[in-house]
Amino acid sequence: MSRETSLVSADWVAQNLNNPTVVLVEVDEDTSLYEQGHIEGAITFHWRDDLQDGLIRDLISKEKFEALLSKNGIATDTTVVLYGGNNNWFATYAFWYFKIYGHADVRLLDGGRKRWELDARPFVTTLPTRTATIYKAKERDNSIRAYRDEVIAAIGKLNIVDVRSPAEFSGELAAPAHLPQESGQIKGHIPTAKNIPWSKAANEDGTFKSDTELKELYVGAGVDLAKDTIAYCRIGERSAFSWFVLHELLGLSNVKNYDGSWTEYGSLVGVPVAIGA
Amino acid sequence: MRTCGATPGGPDISGIDLSTQTLIQGVILRDGEGDGVPNGSPVGNAYVRLLDSTGEFTAEVPSNADGQFRFFAAPGAWTLVVLASGAREERKVIATKGNPVDLVVEI
Repeated sequence: MSRETSLVSADWVAQNLNNPTVVLVEVDEDTSLYEQGHIEGAITFHWRDDLQDGLIRDLISKEKFEALLSKNGIATDTTVVLYGGNNNWFATYAFWYFKIYGHADVRLLDGGRKRWELDARPFVTTLPTRTATIYKAKERDNSIRAYRDEVIAAIGKLNIVDVRSPAEFSGELAAPAHLPQESGQIKGHIPTAKNIPWSKAANEDGTFKSDTELKELYVGAGVDLAKDTIAYCRIGERSAFSWFVLHELLGLSNVKNYDGSWTEYGSLVGVPVAIGA
Repeated sequence: MRTCGATPGGPDISGIDLSTQTLIQGVILRDGEGDGVPNGSPVGNAYVRLLDSTGEFTAEVPSNADGQFRFFAAPGAWTLVVLASGAREERKVIATKGNPVDLVVEI
């Protein structure tokens, strides 16, 4: 649980392209980018089609996760390196997911597709062939996942970090500005939440800021690092990014991602909501 | 290829309810002739960042294969930052509901 064990650089990936113990996985909401070009040897997981239950709103079951990894030739001792577009939102969501199911060695490519592209590093279109494994996941680790009742109970007591944009936090926008502003949820935020947009933890090229800058960011915004922290956004992927920063880069053990996030909270009947900055 | 001053280059707006949406969109083109006119090939997979009036990051999209991008914003002042390998361009725009901002950005 540190930058050294959780994050790898583009140089590290370039040096390990033919390392048989490393499997690269591109994770996104739009896997057509993968088809246009991906890092050599990478397989792809689709955020919705591969990682959402589909019938109920939840993670896929342990058995389905095992089947997904087995089919793609990932073993329990594989070093899994995740990356994606969207500043690694969905890749960090997958990172959190691999941790939920207890995968031992999972890492994130710092900067994801963006840094790789801005460096003009090569992409290929050839699909890798991988030999299936028999993957055994662990039972879900819910110590890193928050559910709605504990979020409501945390109001005014624990750190709640809203990582959406200021306009979504204040209630001006219902969704990120690259999505249509149509939504069944009301607008606003969870009372007493601090608005620390995920983007403040990242440089323009998608890489993470330094540990010193990150600590200053959260402490400066009023997060008491000694207290438990719950991060949320709209659907739980941007908050996985901030969860990664707090839990993995800064090494705080008491941080949960509320993947129900605003699409769940903003639909609940009778819960308190705040608007404005 | 499109030329400067031709029909603006963002994605087709048919099917979008302009009475409710505030669009900022456009196309990213190379400087084709070395004359400062964006009449070159479209730049796909460039990164377009939308910053609010205080410079705060709001959203980011990659341009599509035709070099196009689109944001659904709110009325007000915004800054676009276009990132591609070896290039960075900024544009300031004022967005209003009903009248899409449609840009041609040269890199």
